[in-house]
Amino acid sequence: MNQTRRTALQVAGGMGAYAALVSIGLFRPGQAHAFDVSSAFKTQGIAATLEALGVQGATESAEVVINAPDIAENGAVVPVGVDSRIPGTEAIALLVEKNPNALAGTYDVSGIEPRINMRIKMGQSSDVVAVVRANGKYYMARKEIKVTLGGCGG
Amino acid sequence: MADPMKIRAKLDGDVADVRVLMAHEMETGQRKDASGNVIPAWYISEVKAELNGKTVMKANWGPAIAKNPYMQFNVPGAKAGDKIVITWVDNRGDTRTDEAIIK
Repeated sequence: MNQTRRTALQVAGGMGAYAALVSIGLFRPGQAHAFDVSSAFKTQGIAATLEALGVQGATESAEVVINAPDIAENGAVVPVGVDSRIPGTEAIALLVEKNPNALAGTYDVSGIEPRINMRIKMGQSSDVVAVVRANGKYYMARKEIKVTLGGCGG
Repeated sequence: MADPMKIRAKLDGDVADVRVLMAHEMETGQRKDASGNVIPAWYISEVKAELNGKTVMKANWGPAIAKNPYMQFNVPGAKAGDKIVITWVDNRGDTRTDEAIIK
């Protein structure tokens, strides 16, 4: 039986719904520090995706550093690092402007150093945008990555 | 069940440099098979990292994360012998948990 069914049955059996959801990791204390992803993986472009994430008024900041190649030969595997030098960084999101859906991923980094290295797919040359939430405010940086072979498989 | 993750966790002072390589197709849902049918999206949607049983990092992913995802991050407050546990869940509800001892 999958975990969601097991939890639903526990809830029916009287275990508090919130506690049940905490136990399977769908909610945890401090959820407010994460980005809202309920619809943000379905939007296109930066503006609509930022809105879906609940980001209001992100300031461009040189303290959000994107480490990525200027040119990626293979759009299927593009290494991207985001390093936030802003104190109190809670969460990092990475967007790819021209991907079919812009959001690649979000990270709640409250328990680690605010630096993540990952590998993404890019369908074509595009800007990548990193958004950081720190102390309830939003900061962003943008970098162009040229792709010689697109990676979404279309 | 999916193939295991490779996790390496190396101590530098009191910060663990954690590197994870997961085995997963991360199918975008954009591709079509030879008959022209869309290959359904199939990708890791959530990742969690725990240090000695305490969650230190959580991620939400879409299919734009590359196939066989790799990630690297640093966990402060770690000591040799501590345990790092990584869990992923995909959009089909499959899940995988692997662990490594910090060296």
